[in-house]
Amino acid sequence: MDAAPETRPAAPRDARAYAMLDASRYTSVGEMLRDALVQFKTHVAFTELDRRRVTQRLSYLDVKRAVERLARRLEDAGIGAGDRVAIVMTNQARWPIAAMAAFFRGAVVVPIDYKLTPKEREALLAHAKPRALVTEYPLFAPHAAGALEAVSLVLVSEAPPNARLGHAQRWGALDGADEPAGSDAPPTFVPRAREDVATIVYSSGTGGQPKGCMLPHRAYLAQYAALTALFPLVAGDRYFSILPTNHAIDFMCGFLGPLCGGAMVVHQRTLRPEFLTATMKSERVTHMAVVPLLLTAFERAIREKLDALPGWQRAAVEALMQVNERLTERRPNRLVSRTLLRPIHEAFGGELRVLFCGGAFVEQERAELFYRLGLPVAIGYGLTEASTVATVNDLRPFRGDSVGRAVDGVSLRIVDADASGVGEVQLHGPTLMLGYLDDPEQTRAAFTEDGWLRTGDLGHLDASHHLHLVGRSKNMIVTRGGKNVYPEDIEGAFGGVACEELAVFAEGYLWQTRGELVGERLVVVARLKSGATEAERLRFTEALHAANQRLADYKRAHALLLTDEAFPRTASMKIKRGPLAEDLRARYAQADMLWLGEPVEAVR
Amino acid sequence: MNASSSPDLETRLLTLAAARFGKPVASLAPGDDVFEKLGIDSIQAMEMLTEIETTFGVEVPDYELQGVTTFAGIAELVRRRLG
Repeated sequence: MDAAPETRPAAPRDARAYAMLDASRYTSVGEMLRDALVQFKTHVAFTELDRRRVTQRLSYLDVKRAVERLARRLEDAGIGAGDRVAIVMTNQARWPIAAMAAFFRGAVVVPIDYKLTPKEREALLAHAKPRALVTEYPLFAPHAAGALEAVSLVLVSEAPPNARLGHAQRWGALDGADEPAGSDAPPTFVPRAREDVATIVYSSGTGGQPKGCMLPHRAYLAQYAALTALFPLVAGDRYFSILPTNHAIDFMCGFLGPLCGGAMVVHQRTLRPEFLTATMKSERVTHMAVVPLLLTAFERAIREKLDALPGWQRAAVEALMQVNERLTERRPNRLVSRTLLRPIHEAFGGELRVLFCGGAFVEQERAELFYRLGLPVAIGYGLTEASTVATVNDLRPFRGDSVGRAVDGVSLRIVDADASGVGEVQLHGPTLMLGYLDDPEQTRAAFTEDGWLRTGDLGHLDASHHLHLVGRSKNMIVTRGGKNVYPEDIEGAFGGVACEELAVFAEGYLWQTRGELVGERLVVVARLKSGATEAERLRFTEALHAANQRLADYKRAHALLLTDEAFPRTASMKIKRGPLAEDLRARYAQADMLWLGEPVEAVR
Repeated sequence: MNASSSPDLETRLLTLAAARFGKPVASLAPGDDVFEKLGIDSIQAMEMLTEIETTFGVEVPDYELQGVTTFAGIAELVRRRLG
């Protein structure tokens, strides 16, 4: 095996980092959070808005009381060390409160994607076998009666007074005003060791085999220390939590990160861009994480603003952008940028320090535009199997062409590199998962013999140890909305379309390029019967298009490649994907594909 | 709410969508897929929904929009709130 040298650059430490809790003093996430709720008790922990109305502000002390009340209920139900507590909720204060109550009891938190269908959620619950489920009424109601019976304690918030809850119980007001009288004794805190499982996070939820990543407490403690050394979140900072909290990024940046530093988390019940920017203004948001798709929407808003300006004014803004670029060449300077580009900054609340954007395929030009406007986008890369973030740009200086350097505690190597240095990215360190729940086979496949995590991503390191991703060695995509999609899982959807054979590929798997990254898109490769007429080809394309439109937006294929060579298959008639991809790469160019449609995807 | 008001609501919705995205109103039908027909992404669709809410004086929570892809589907959500 040919491995490039490991990189572990020293992270520049921000002075503000000293105001946060020191993760090295703790053995579990629950212990650190318990201390945070005491340490920062006078600060506001959560602010919730519904459109323009502020519906709730909770201090750390309020949160502490709500956590203890819920922990008491879990304890009364017999939930303790190692038991699993699933959470299916939209972004709101109750999500972290439920997680903190579970951690208090030494339980394992199982975040489930609330955007899955009830059936898909039930499949994951059947796999995780939690003893408790905490959910909210709009998400609970669509489950068929009895579908959640296997879970002994189901707690439902926001249930209308006359709602039929079956065996589920109500989780009422956070101050406990309307809750049934229980034991008044304070709950018992259950300590955990660093190697114990803290969470089970599903990295693929739709179709195929569920992959529940078992992440230990040490992974979160290490990740917290590394990320907040680069981007501290302290009292006075306001983090806007819009990515689903069940997702690794928000779990860290919108829950553990801010709470262990005394910062405030802002939740908004709607995600319409208009209300997002209004919230950024009214709550003076300083940090947020977004998916690439939302950056696109922000850019559209900025461009509309610029286009509406008279010509001379637009020229002035352009000139100011150049001045700003020069003044912030080495690192961002919020004051300079804000002064120079006030109207644009005000549209985003005027206080934004940094936008985190995960995903390998953030367009470089877009990130650069934001930086020129004085709105730093910190592009990072990570996967659930490695907690949250493996590499990130530290903005010293800003780089739009790379996903950054390995964070503290993460070792990174490029394996089996070709002549140009491109090989598979592999990771090692305390942030790695212990394995997939109840799946030794997939766990074995995920790691190398010497214990490194195979990411399935192809990339190379430059002279400054910045990682550049160029494609995938695994046939999968991460959509602009941050969902993992395995093409094999959606081939079945095209089963009704008549052709000789058909396969679905990730475009980045078929064609690995550099500089200009291949988009995260799906390509259908199909072979029609030999001598198919033009009319038959057209009929096929139309049928495929129709089947494609029936799929969930983020599962749709965006291009079609017609081939006339039979697919290589194994003895059991499975498609040999590697050789097929190689063969297609040799015989076709990207330009040979037929375009099926623009990528469209729901953000949340 | 009487039966005759429903087509009216749909027509108003189509007119609003057509004006917003510069399409001829005659090219849109209630059963059409909003995203495909208008060539928009989910964020643009949500922006349009805010305009719809303002026009009809209703609030549709985001979670009700899951799985709704047609103009008729949106009309139904608005109608439920109006009713």
